[in-house]
Amino acid sequence: MNCLMALLSGLLFGIGLVVSGMTDPQRVVGFLDVTGDWDPTLMAVLGGAVLTTFVGFRLLRRLGRPWLSATFEWPTRRDLDRPLVIGASLFGLGWGLSGYCPGPALLALNTGDLSVWGLVIMMSVGWWAAQRWSWQR
Amino acid sequence: MATSLLHGLIGGVLIGCAAILMMFSIGRIAGISGIASHALFSRPRLSQAWRWAFIIGLLISPLIVVSLGLPGNVAFSSEVVLGDPLVPWPVMAIAGFCIGLGTGWSHGCTSGHGVCGLARLSPRSLVATMTFVTTAMLTVGLTHSLRV
Repeated sequence: MNCLMALLSGLLFGIGLVVSGMTDPQRVVGFLDVTGDWDPTLMAVLGGAVLTTFVGFRLLRRLGRPWLSATFEWPTRRDLDRPLVIGASLFGLGWGLSGYCPGPALLALNTGDLSVWGLVIMMSVGWWAAQRWSWQR
Repeated sequence: MATSLLHGLIGGVLIGCAAILMMFSIGRIAGISGIASHALFSRPRLSQAWRWAFIIGLLISPLIVVSLGLPGNVAFSSEVVLGDPLVPWPVMAIAGFCIGLGTGWSHGCTSGHGVCGLARLSPRSLVATMTFVTTAMLTVGLTHSLRV
């Protein structure tokens, strides 16, 4: 049942990505291109997503536990550190260069485009490297 | 443009619903970089099946959109639901590595930090999101000025 709900969540998430237009890297770059022909679509996507999730999460806080699991896995860290900022900067670089972030990249595998596969493979290598080259706390 | 904003808003609401469904049902944050990286490279003991189920859901979603006849919001491609890559494959490969290493180190991406983290009013996610949006904008600005 856990897997079914995870599958449905992933499916709904992906449908949201497609309907929103975030699967078109040129739309994404259009938002990031603040000096050029600005495309505000991503702002509407983020706004809609954050507001919806904010309300939903507030409601969920009233429940004692999730439906199918013992506890809510809310993240606990609140500290700011170097890997957070350096990592986010690197992610922004990659995102700005390609117009892809992890979700849309995975969906784009469906195009069969080899450069997308290259991006996803290298993204996986990057994830491996992040665990290998971890930061001292 | 108004149509695109509406599509964007509706898509965003759907993304939010997915995040809520994930937390309600199995108590997990819908952060794609975390889910995918741990599915691939997790240390032992972390239960993996739900991660792969989520990824499969993501991967098949464009097919479901097409079969349900739902609209996409692609502006710059002949494809209806998935746009075309913009840059040559070496740049895609370098970008991919930066995305992987960067989201790995910062423990999140646009879904984990940008959607779920901001919704939780997390200071880490606020800083992460402002940082990656700013650097992405600077990157686009720089590469566009180089090309012109």
